[in-house]
Amino acid sequence: MKRFFGHLILWAYAVVALAPLVVMVLDSLRPNTDVLADPLGLPKTLDLASYATAWTEASFSTYVRNSVFVTVGAVALDVLVSLPAAYVLGRQRFRGRGVLIAYFLAGLMLPVRLGILPIFYLLGSIGLVDSRLGLVLVYAASGVPFSIFILSAFFRGLPVELEEAARIDGAGEFRIFARVLTPLVKPAIATVVVFRFVPLWNDFFFPLVLLRTTDRYTLPVGLTQFFGEFQTNWSALFAGLVIATVPLVVLFLLATRQIVEGLTAGMGR
Amino acid sequence: MVQAVKRLLFLLPAFVLYTVFMVYPLLSALADSFWTWEGTARRGFAGAGNFTGLFTTFPLNRQLEPAFWHTVVFFLGTMVVQNTFGLLVAVLLVELPAARRFLRTVYTIPYLIGGLVVGYLWSLLLSPAFGPLNAGLHAAGLGSLARPWLGDPATALPVVILVNAWQYLGFPVLLFGAALAGLPPEYGEAARVDGAGARQRFFRVTLPLLLPSIGVVTILTFIGSMNTFELVYSLEGAQGNQPTGPGGATDVLGLIFYRVAFQEGGSNAIGLSSALAVLLFVFTFGVAVVANGLIRRRTT
Repeated sequence: MKRFFGHLILWAYAVVALAPLVVMVLDSLRPNTDVLADPLGLPKTLDLASYATAWTEASFSTYVRNSVFVTVGAVALDVLVSLPAAYVLGRQRFRGRGVLIAYFLAGLMLPVRLGILPIFYLLGSIGLVDSRLGLVLVYAASGVPFSIFILSAFFRGLPVELEEAARIDGAGEFRIFARVLTPLVKPAIATVVVFRFVPLWNDFFFPLVLLRTTDRYTLPVGLTQFFGEFQTNWSALFAGLVIATVPLVVLFLLATRQIVEGLTAGMGR
Repeated sequence: MVQAVKRLLFLLPAFVLYTVFMVYPLLSALADSFWTWEGTARRGFAGAGNFTGLFTTFPLNRQLEPAFWHTVVFFLGTMVVQNTFGLLVAVLLVELPAARRFLRTVYTIPYLIGGLVVGYLWSLLLSPAFGPLNAGLHAAGLGSLARPWLGDPATALPVVILVNAWQYLGFPVLLFGAALAGLPPEYGEAARVDGAGARQRFFRVTLPLLLPSIGVVTILTFIGSMNTFELVYSLEGAQGNQPTGPGGATDVLGLIFYRVAFQEGGSNAIGLSSALAVLLFVFTFGVAVVANGLIRRRTT
């Protein structure tokens, strides 16, 4: 009896969690007149017209391309600069190391949004307002604390013997870092990549402020524009939401473990 | 020496990127908050002028205090759902392993899709005229319950909180799940041997051991609530008082910060919004640090 109620709660909430997303997908596949007449109906045929509308008329193709460029670029730059720093901070002892670690990790608690105006004028002074590259730089910088936190902990956990053996074989510092240790922290890199990808893909605040030209909009700002222009075409609105959602759901299904690890980083101790 | 130079080269890219695009802007915002601005030109030292200005400049003086309380209610509402229903779901998932991975995935998907998409999705679902929710109520013969959920000042904030709780429930489920998996089974066993029932074991053994996790969920929910912006923006618009809107009933601090900086700040927008940024940070950080300290002292 108790088990029955337990299962009932779990599955009932699964319905609550999924129903809005199911309605979103179903309505995106129905003609707009049907959606407005009965928002809870099922598709009679597989009507992809709304996706065509969103993709071409509402330039979702451009938004998706911009989002991919900005997100991938920012995560790549973030990992590229954080890896060597995390290696040094995780594996070498030197004066000032503690201060540096504290300096980087302090960023975990700093809400970068509150610096939006100085960021705006800083990017303006180097000609990077209304630029996807400017967004990449800000996003990458805001990811450095988390990346260094995860990566340096992982580097620290690797056995010292690996380095010593490589050094005896005559490997230099860079070789040890790039060829010996970095391949071993791949799981941590995967955690960083997946976990940084999600908030950057979803971020709305920075592109809202920093981007001006529709051609450069990422998906979230594009979505805002779209909801203003296509107010009455609900089927297309739902299709636009599906387009913004699908990459994340796919990523999640491919990388559940990394997401769970990132979310629970530092827990369970 | 060579070693030191190499080390520097390894550290420098991360240091420069982080310092220029994160630390410097935040320190600038701190400095800017003490000056009076006219557009982008600095006019003179203001001392605490911008901080007092937040409470005396129209329309901010009318909006800031309600927005503060909305944010507090938003935090409390979300937190209560996460630490009760979220905890219940996490416990049930541990006790009923069938389909655990599938269910955990389902609960986490809304969290992943982000505040803006969630907000726009629910703005359609809750729409008064064509929305599926009201349509469903009518179809079920409960048409009298149908209302403009997001436009009615009485329901707007509770509905925004529920949507937020819906989006974030996967987070406490994962966190509590990880914590429950890390609990030593011996304690529960010992209590069972001593004759404790399931309810007693949960409240006397499991729950006290989970206090640190409840603290973490609470603190992270607090920080998230202080920064809430996208969800309210997409559900209610930047103004929250459009013709169909609830007349500011859902204004939260994150939204006020955006409006001061980019819409309503007047000529001293930089000074006022920087002062608000500093206050928000000090308050959020201060509460988080004190709460964290309390939790640590209670549990060690």
